[in-house]
Amino acid sequence: MTLFHLTAVELAALKLSLWVSGWAVAASLPAGILAAWVLARLRFPGKNLLDGMLHLPLVLPPVVIGYLLLVMLGRNGIIGGALDRYLGVVLAFNWKGAALAAAVMAFPLLVRAVRLSLEGVDQGLEDAARTLGAGPLRVFFTVTLPLMVPGIITGVILAFARSLGEFGATITFVSNIRGQTQTLPLALYTLTQVPDGEAGAMRLCILSVLIAMAALVCSEILARRFAARMEG
Amino acid sequence: MLEIRLDHTQGNFRLNVAFQGAASGVTALFGPSGAGKTSIVNMVAGLQKPDAGRIAVNGLRLFDSARKIHLPPEKRRIGYVFQEGRLLPHLSVRANLTYGMRLTPKDRRFVEFDPVVDLLGIGHLLHRRPSRLSGGEKQRVAIGRALLTSPAMLLMDEPLASLDPARKAEVLPFIVRLAREFAIPVLYVSHALDEILNLAARMVMIREGRVLADGDLEALLSRSDLQPHLGRAESESVISTVVKEPEDAFGLTHLRFGDRILKVLSIDAEKGEPVRVRISSRHVAIALEPPSRTSFLNIFPGEIREMVDLGGPVLDVRVEIGCSLWARITRKSLLELNLKTGQPVFALIKSVAVSSGPSDACR
Repeated sequence: MTLFHLTAVELAALKLSLWVSGWAVAASLPAGILAAWVLARLRFPGKNLLDGMLHLPLVLPPVVIGYLLLVMLGRNGIIGGALDRYLGVVLAFNWKGAALAAAVMAFPLLVRAVRLSLEGVDQGLEDAARTLGAGPLRVFFTVTLPLMVPGIITGVILAFARSLGEFGATITFVSNIRGQTQTLPLALYTLTQVPDGEAGAMRLCILSVLIAMAALVCSEILARRFAARMEG
Repeated sequence: MLEIRLDHTQGNFRLNVAFQGAASGVTALFGPSGAGKTSIVNMVAGLQKPDAGRIAVNGLRLFDSARKIHLPPEKRRIGYVFQEGRLLPHLSVRANLTYGMRLTPKDRRFVEFDPVVDLLGIGHLLHRRPSRLSGGEKQRVAIGRALLTSPAMLLMDEPLASLDPARKAEVLPFIVRLAREFAIPVLYVSHALDEILNLAARMVMIREGRVLADGDLEALLSRSDLQPHLGRAESESVISTVVKEPEDAFGLTHLRFGDRILKVLSIDAEKGEPVRVRISSRHVAIALEPPSRTSFLNIFPGEIREMVDLGGPVLDVRVEIGCSLWARITRKSLLELNLKTGQPVFALIKSVAVSSGPSDACR
């Protein structure tokens, strides 16, 4: 047993974690950008309520979120039952559910970062693009979105890191099934519960640190590239 | 042809204006800051919606509250040059220039890329990002970008306001040439008279949300009742001339107005080019007989048409010399010469006191 050799279980947990987090971020990014846009640009009654709801996962215990997801999206849940019956989509106790739990928990962080960058975009530039003949949708994709890139990078990295670390909501919603829903933190927790698990736990711990650092380095490189492009 | 009738209330400020812009050439929208000039151009561009009114360009209705017409900005075909340029920072200069051009259907384009780049002298900047441009370069690119959409009209909202005098002098000639070479009417917002002097044919004076006066630029500038609103410390005359001789043996430029010749210090202009010059009333003297042996190079016979008492020891006298010329004289001179309205006199102008265009007018 060495510190540098992963067992099959640990390798499966690592792959699953990257897969689940990747999907969680990819699937929630468009919704996150939309939510950020709605909160930053529109004025409507109930906006504060929506803002609060989006921030709930940040303040509620993750277990509560997991339980709510289970109640609503489980096979017998209101939404989960319908999904199963009409679309044949089952979220409970598989990787899709894990990705959803991670996405929900990471969503506020994503929206906050994206919204901040959107609020920094000079609306005068959008007006200028309109006078040049671009409709609102084109302005969004050719002016607003490109200028939001730094915030989107930050949001994606934050959300990815949060997803990788997701524990409470995941274990409550989709349980801890090896190869199905046992992500890195869950595997680590499991290893700490069994005799002779310390080495494995340590390996997963180091792995988590490495992934987190790699993500940070990636975001830094991307942000620098963007800044260089704007300077060029 | 631009037709504007607007009524808009924002907070305590009411904008209520109606005027027409020229079908070609430059119409200046002139007035102090806060008069509502920018609101007007924003409404023409469609970036701001007036409470009521009508905006039409070349017969095309852009806004009509009675008929519930409010075209979005992208459908108006109006080029807008903003005070701060507003170039898209993530795009190269070339991509900025072609952004609007590519959205203009080919059969509607009448402004081509190469001539505009040549005219504005921005060929060497095409691969740069806006952040690497000087203020003057940015404004030239912004002008080119608006021009390349082949617009039905151009709006310019103080495009020189953020530039220092040297950069102003760099950009202004391009606007003059643009107005002459492309047959696009321009609505040019400014609070600086010297900017529009050699640019605009018509002027609409805006003050506190209303049209104060509207018409031929020169005619407005010579009206005594408007002098306090022209934003200058002393009354000035503006004379439209044509360059007859760019530089004589003494380094003077000869400018023709009517059948008279005005000799001034050398102006950078070509023969036949129209030039408007400003003459401060303080630099004009009046004599009852043509003086001999004098340093005044410009002596014009004329007739006193109007006297404006400024209170105190001085007053302004308007002398008709084929155009209006203001002279500031002392009350002592008035009494000693016994000047009256309708009296024939000679107006004397020092050559060194005549200036053209911007730069030194801001003193």
